[in-house]
Amino acid sequence: MRPAPLLRTLALLVVMCLGAVGPAFAQGLDAGLERFKADSFGDTEAGIAAVAASAAPQGVAILEALADRRLFAGPAGVFYRDKAGQGFDARTGQPATVPADAGMVRLNNRLRNAVQAALGSMTLLSPDPAQRFRAAEAVFRSRDASALATIEAALPKETVPRVRRAFEEARAAIILSTPDAPEAGRIAAAQRIAEAGDSDAISLLRQFSGQTSGGLKAVIDQGIATIEQAQRIRAWAQTLWFGISLGSVLLLAAIGLAITFGVMGVINMAHGEMVMIGAYVTFVVQELFRAHAPHLLDWSLPLAIPLAFATAGLVGVAIERGVIRFLYGRPLETLLATFGISLVLQQAIRTWFGPTNREVSAPSYMAGSFEFIGLQITYGRLWIVLFTLCVFALLLLILKATPLGLQMRAVTQNRRMASAMGIRTRFVDAMTFGLGSGIAGIAGVALSQIDNVSPNLGQSYIIDSFMVVVFGGVGNLWGTLVAAFTLGIANKMLEPFAGAVLGKIIILVLLILFIQKRPRGLFALKGRAIEQ
Amino acid sequence: MITARFIRLMEGRGLLFLAIVAAVGVLIPACNLLIPPGSPLHISTGTMVLIGKYLCYAMFAIALDLVWGYCGILSLGHGAFFALGGYAMGMYLMRQIGSRGVYGNPILPDFMVFLNYKELPITWWGFQHFPYAMLMVLLVPGLLAFVFGWLAFRSRVTGVYLSIITQAMTYALWLSFFRNDMGFGGNNGLTDFKDILGFNVQAQGTRAGLFVATCVALILTFVIARLIVASTYGKVLVSIRDAESRTRFLGYRVEHHKLLVWVVSAMMAGVAGALYVPQVGIINPSEFHPANSIEAVVWVAIGGRGTLVGAALGAVVVNYLKTIFTSGWLAAYWLFALGGLFVLVTLAMPKGLIGVWEDVRSRLKSRKAVADSKAASGQAPT
Amino acid sequence: MSTVTQSILYLDGVSVSFDGFKALRSLSLTLEPGEMRAIIGPNGAGKTTMMDVITGKTRCDEGDVLFDKGSVDLTRFDEAAIAEIGIGRKFQKPTVFESHTVADNVLLALKGDRGPFSALFGARNRIAAETIDRYLTIVRLIDHRARLAGDLSHGQKQWLEIAMLLAQDPKLLLIDEPVAGMTDAETEATADLLKEINKDHSVIVVEHDMGFVRALGCRVTCLHEGSVLAEGSIDAVAGNERVVEVYLGR
Repeated sequence: MRPAPLLRTLALLVVMCLGAVGPAFAQGLDAGLERFKADSFGDTEAGIAAVAASAAPQGVAILEALADRRLFAGPAGVFYRDKAGQGFDARTGQPATVPADAGMVRLNNRLRNAVQAALGSMTLLSPDPAQRFRAAEAVFRSRDASALATIEAALPKETVPRVRRAFEEARAAIILSTPDAPEAGRIAAAQRIAEAGDSDAISLLRQFSGQTSGGLKAVIDQGIATIEQAQRIRAWAQTLWFGISLGSVLLLAAIGLAITFGVMGVINMAHGEMVMIGAYVTFVVQELFRAHAPHLLDWSLPLAIPLAFATAGLVGVAIERGVIRFLYGRPLETLLATFGISLVLQQAIRTWFGPTNREVSAPSYMAGSFEFIGLQITYGRLWIVLFTLCVFALLLLILKATPLGLQMRAVTQNRRMASAMGIRTRFVDAMTFGLGSGIAGIAGVALSQIDNVSPNLGQSYIIDSFMVVVFGGVGNLWGTLVAAFTLGIANKMLEPFAGAVLGKIIILVLLILFIQKRPRGLFALKGRAIEQ
Repeated sequence: MITARFIRLMEGRGLLFLAIVAAVGVLIPACNLLIPPGSPLHISTGTMVLIGKYLCYAMFAIALDLVWGYCGILSLGHGAFFALGGYAMGMYLMRQIGSRGVYGNPILPDFMVFLNYKELPITWWGFQHFPYAMLMVLLVPGLLAFVFGWLAFRSRVTGVYLSIITQAMTYALWLSFFRNDMGFGGNNGLTDFKDILGFNVQAQGTRAGLFVATCVALILTFVIARLIVASTYGKVLVSIRDAESRTRFLGYRVEHHKLLVWVVSAMMAGVAGALYVPQVGIINPSEFHPANSIEAVVWVAIGGRGTLVGAALGAVVVNYLKTIFTSGWLAAYWLFALGGLFVLVTLAMPKGLIGVWEDVRSRLKSRKAVADSKAASGQAPT
Repeated sequence: MSTVTQSILYLDGVSVSFDGFKALRSLSLTLEPGEMRAIIGPNGAGKTTMMDVITGKTRCDEGDVLFDKGSVDLTRFDEAAIAEIGIGRKFQKPTVFESHTVADNVLLALKGDRGPFSALFGARNRIAAETIDRYLTIVRLIDHRARLAGDLSHGQKQWLEIAMLLAQDPKLLLIDEPVAGMTDAETEATADLLKEINKDHSVIVVEHDMGFVRALGCRVTCLHEGSVLAEGSIDAVAGNERVVEVYLGR
């Protein structure tokens, strides 16, 4: 172990003193490479130091290859392969064929450490900020005291804030884990680590909580408590986010029902199948793009939205004109007839597309995730939440600010009066039902991203959707919004304790009890007319 | 005197129904047991079991018609009561297996051994005794119906709201019974039964016995239902169906009346489920699926609700069609047919098959009357 | 409480609002035992809401609703309990049980135990036809006893409902627009019938037909915007300036 820090300091000194003078390094590199040919551990050690000191661009690659048994030396020179197996000449860094007579440069454990240390220093000083950041994180975890000097030297020059923080944390980690460092320094280090606040920081602090005493221990324990508190808050926030995400899915599924059931009072058991139709439209559009315009595949989803709206909306209008209009004022019969329609639609889809799940891929902008104040947020979910809110806002706008919305409200409040005032009530009925169905279709586009596109897609949402609308109070869009998010969040809050299925059962039972208590939902309309 | 009163209470239709069920209950087991398999009059055990299944459904439909047809409570969760009765019977049958299971545990059913249960859960205690199990067949659905109904009717949850929460109820049970922790066999349910009351459930004689028991239970169910609807209580139920608020203003505690018929109906459904299970040989969570309950509502609608006989008729007709459709090349069209029936019945024949039959009969009668009067006037000098 | 009032019905300061709309504003009204009272007033004056409050359909936001010399606080009971206490109601729109026969409608209304078991096994199945026929005779529907109530004419339904009300034998009858849609002869007969009923019962009648109200010959209360505008004899009320202005018209 002893020579390693020495070597590294040496390498560092060379690197720092000779900053920008290129040719001298070429010589240093050549000399170092020569020593690999000797195939003795002593020479190899010197070679490592020389390569590290040379600061040649391919130096990192050479040492990584050495650590991974991909460095070969022979009479013709020194060569390495990258991870894909491509050969390079170590002198020039240019692609080359590795000669057959070149032998692998061997390492023992001591040399392996030396390579890692050299690599750590080199990457800490790498011109690439991302690499510096990774190196600093590696040091934070390894707490290799030998890297301290490099960090100390690199810190004042570091300009990228993120990397600078990582350096500071790495330095603090090293200082904290050096028992003979001054107490004040270690306290400051512990505070600095506590500020970092992530799970690495808390495990480090926990590790030292037992080994220390006095003021330092107090600071460490304080730090642990702070981080734990922060983690609890973050866990809550994460649950909340999951809840909002689930809530937006519920809202999306229920929002069309809030129109057909909530505004018109029609029990549409085929509502779930409207969602399913929307999902299949998405599938078909995507398949068409895949076949004819693969480079525009990312556009298939936005294009599917209006098509899904139109398709589901037309099916809805057909159902209203063909069946439901004969059953106004007979809600229980409507329920049965629309359930029959839902069976027919499911079977139709099963006949055309087969009973198995269909694949709808996510466009590139919906893939992946990002971190936001410590929360993992996937783009797909974020898009769905935003999309849901947009649909909701749009619907609200249609109902409140368009002539159709005005007529819809007029017809639902007093059909005969509306008719007497020249509103074509039948047309409005069909349009309202079409709107509700079309919105269910749009929901299908979004749900195709998070659920299996199968003939059963609709069934899995229908009961939840009714629960949301009834819970929120029939005829009240805002109630539906609040209900969806309340149920979503409550469900996710219960899941850690009860598990997904039991959580859902508990929610259902609570909902049943709630409806007993307030039969007309959270935001019930009051008045004499309503009680009839 | 009593007989005359009984005949009046059953109505003509009801008497015909009872006679048919009684005849079926005697003839089919006789044709199965006494006539040798080669004869054209022989009825195979499979057919008998199938008809037995239909009769259980008919019982279930009568229970549903009692609440929907007469009291206007459209339950979309009645399958839950049927399934609970079935599970109670299934638990008795599981306990009868004893040490003949795969794992040979004399107390624990196989699935419990498999799931590392150390002892029998409290819910299973006593189910080795037939009378206790039969009591549970009535009590478990009855109790659930009582609690659910007490809450729902007291807070005046009516119409589609009630339908939706009954659906939520069976949905919650459906999810629950899938869970292994519930201790009811999870996904696989209860099956591989051996004995009932010491007789082999697979034996032809036992199956004939179960068939006869089903017919007797169906007759009893019908008679009880008919007595209920023919009494003043039945009139109160119809009043509630047609004008709930008015009934309340007359001083009737609507919630109590609804609760009684609701609980009675749930118990009937439980008995139907209990007779169903030993005949089909399995009970699993799929019986709780909300779609089953809605399908049963359609049997009632197709037969003609508020007629009892119609409900039973609808159950048999639809399930017979289902048997035809789901075997062979028609299978892919069954859901089209069933869905189409839903729509057709609600749009074109709101009174169901019985209603259509009565329309035809009254039309024939009036035509005959017209013809008679024409004949009479034809004789008169012009 | 018994000292509060000697009235059969005592409303004091009753207010009801629906989503901000005040249907009743501090309404006060008393009815003496055996009295008949006619309530008039324009649409939206709160007549039906007042009946809803008395019969327990609507809860009042504030105020006292006392029955039977102040011994019963009606706000604490629901519809069924209030009907049992002895208040019967005929609705504006005649509501009879259309799929029952005329006789069965009266049978269901008859005073007695209304529990489900009583209806299933008990007394209600052994009621003599004569009891039912007595009420049907009063309202002259005896010839229609076996018909379905749904097949009756509008006026006959009104009378059937009155027969049901009588069968309930309440202490107080609330009758909402009994002569709407009736011929003049029927209206006259109804007025006589109500006067007959009033011999043993307290009655509140809501009616728009001023001729009918005059024929009843009782005290009149005019409601307007949820409170009492005028009260007194028919001539006094009909001559009241404000009543003429808001209701009768000039």
